[in-house]
Amino acid sequence: MRAIGIILAGGNSSRMGALSDKRAVAAMPVAGAYRSIDFSLSNMTNSHIQKVAVLTQYNARSLNEHLMSSKWWNFGRKQGGLYVFTPTVTAESSWWYRGTADAIYQNLKWLKESHEPYVVITSGDGIYKLDYNKVLEYHISKRADITIVCTECPEADCSRFGVLKLNEDNRVEEFEEKPMVTSSNIISTGIYVIRRRLLIEMVERCAQENRHDLVQDIFIRYKNLKRIYGYRFDEYWNNIATVDSFYRTNMDFLKPDVRKYFFGDSWGIYSKIDDLPPAKYNPGSMVKNSLISSGCIINGKVENSVLFKDVFVGNNCVIKNSIILNNVYLGDNTHIENCIVESNDTIRANSYHSGEDGIKVVVEKNERYAI
Amino acid sequence: MVKKEMIAMLLAGGQGSRLGVLTEKVAKPAVAFGGKYRIIDFPLSNCINSGVDTVGVLTQYQPLRLNSHIGIGIPWDLDKNVGGVSVLPPYEKSANSEWYTGTANAILQNMAYMDSFNPDYVLILSGDHIYKMDYEVMLDYHKANKADLTVACMPVPIEEASRFGVMIADETGRITDFEEKPEHPRSNLASMGIYIFSWKILKDSLLTLKNQPNLDFGKHILPYCRDNGKRLFAYEFNGYWKDVGTLGSYWEANMELIDIIPEFNLYEEFWKIYTKGDIIRPQYISESASVDRCIIGEGAEIYGSVSNSVIGMGVEIGEGTVIRDSIIMSHTRIGAGCVINKGIIAENVEIGNNVEIGVGEEAPNVYKPAVYGWGLATIGEKTVIPDGVKVGKNTCISGVTTAEDYPDGILQGGGAILKKEDGE
Repeated sequence: MRAIGIILAGGNSSRMGALSDKRAVAAMPVAGAYRSIDFSLSNMTNSHIQKVAVLTQYNARSLNEHLMSSKWWNFGRKQGGLYVFTPTVTAESSWWYRGTADAIYQNLKWLKESHEPYVVITSGDGIYKLDYNKVLEYHISKRADITIVCTECPEADCSRFGVLKLNEDNRVEEFEEKPMVTSSNIISTGIYVIRRRLLIEMVERCAQENRHDLVQDIFIRYKNLKRIYGYRFDEYWNNIATVDSFYRTNMDFLKPDVRKYFFGDSWGIYSKIDDLPPAKYNPGSMVKNSLISSGCIINGKVENSVLFKDVFVGNNCVIKNSIILNNVYLGDNTHIENCIVESNDTIRANSYHSGEDGIKVVVEKNERYAI
Repeated sequence: MVKKEMIAMLLAGGQGSRLGVLTEKVAKPAVAFGGKYRIIDFPLSNCINSGVDTVGVLTQYQPLRLNSHIGIGIPWDLDKNVGGVSVLPPYEKSANSEWYTGTANAILQNMAYMDSFNPDYVLILSGDHIYKMDYEVMLDYHKANKADLTVACMPVPIEEASRFGVMIADETGRITDFEEKPEHPRSNLASMGIYIFSWKILKDSLLTLKNQPNLDFGKHILPYCRDNGKRLFAYEFNGYWKDVGTLGSYWEANMELIDIIPEFNLYEEFWKIYTKGDIIRPQYISESASVDRCIIGEGAEIYGSVSNSVIGMGVEIGEGTVIRDSIIMSHTRIGAGCVINKGIIAENVEIGNNVEIGVGEEAPNVYKPAVYGWGLATIGEKTVIPDGVKVGKNTCISGVTTAEDYPDGILQGGGAILKKEDGE
């Protein structure tokens, strides 16, 4: 392969609210059986990128647990492998990652010791299916210095993204990170292709100047000096780093065409295997338009919802328009509507939760086996 | 020097002909069970959960599915630097090349494999039972009795004992005698076909009896050990154990999994059953579907109504279809408007629209009356059934069938359609 991969998975998002209290955004559960980072990792492995570094910082433990074994994504080979880099104290530096460029700078040794000519940089919070080879070919054909994969903004408000303006040749004319007022609806997906030597050079210069951010201090700063191109990606893409987009993305998987797009061909989405038994439906269960994952036991009513793995739904429960994350116990007669229920929650019998204006995030830690 | 205290030898070479078309193309241990598993997952998971990390799997009949399922043992954590799982098919030798001709003969032919681990004990397992068992506890029992051979036994109702090999033991558990399928059983301790041998005794017996044709544990090795004054003990096991040797017992064991609190509980955290699953995505239950009293595997897409059934991974069930009391294995697709009652439908089957399965009265099967009974309709893997046909009870179908194969649009109760694939 001509490229190595870097997944920037260090970030927290205040827009995730309580959901990112205990995990990195890249470790957010998605589509019933996956974590957000599985999509980028699977794209890497399916694009035959054999050597991938995941840079983590915020709540790194959640990701480390998920990435404990690299075999699920077919990494862990003699040639290549999956490298998880959290900040460490060294003789030269005792800094945290002060930004994305700094995160790469602190692991420059890995980059320097690789021999592949290109680097594919992605984030851990994008939900999409993309053959990076196509971007790489485009990058080479445009003789670009940097290629940014961009898409039409899937949300009404694109001010949380990097907004781009491209000329007729798709060369980047303007690039603004999280603008106050947006002038275009073309946004960066956080997926970049760049030559490895150029990346090393730019990140080193950046560090000398005491700058730390890949987008602000490299891409935007150099946009008129370097040939930066946009690669137009018009298939499914979503970023899950807000509560609303997280909810919407999960609900998207209730649509047959979205499931077919992601799961209908040989381009597999891989994840850690949990060895749970098949879902079980007991008498009294009534399930409509919902995704149910393995290990679930259903005794009540579930409608327009996504149940992640190992969820127990008690008798006479009603779950509507909700997302129930992994290993949740819902006691009898519980009503959940327009909610996201945090993983490992235990909801007592006869509880009532409803998101009145918007999605309510339910975090409830009770003793599961209380008498 | 490599040294393992106990290694396991798992006999997985049998056809299991009483499972009819289900084992036409796969060995019985590779038959699907419980929505996502295969029968061999149970002994393999028991091994790793018991701390037995060296397992030889003896294959012979139709091994392809078994080979690809087991691979290097990753799902069971049996990919080890030393030991792990090894698939052991019969092989050609400079003289006396032969197939595995009996259970003990198969073990005899793999003497070199066992020798290479210098075991103290060898655990003999078969690949056709559904159970959870801690072999380490059985080994402790074996050691405490200073036994030469320990046989795992299950107390069964005395009237059923004549279906099994029965062990007669004294109050200390020492086996004094045994009889194979006795008409008037003297004991209700049925052998489960699970043995722990002290390695020396096993090696001696196999080498002494090596010229015995069709060398078998029950018929030859056990009598030899008894007659030579070896210490044989019965280890009583009181958990769930099910032989799934017939279509009736196979269907029943699957149905028992859907009880509210099943006797054989897959949902306990302790003693997990591992398998190689190729699908991890969740299943989708549509607006038009209804699911009640069933278990459903990953990635299934249900648009119809399912009750009292076990549905495998990636199964698609069309709108308006009604499935009752049935087993549908992985990757099978069933069209719209079908009615299926008491069907066992194997993997990768394609069923058209408006097909009715399990109609009419029961009649004895014309082809193999002893195999196809219990009112079941059994469909072999990769079978294709065209739109609009009806299929009776006690029937079997395998191969790509067309409307012409169903006179008047129906396969009558007790009927059979067995089509050969190209190249067979």
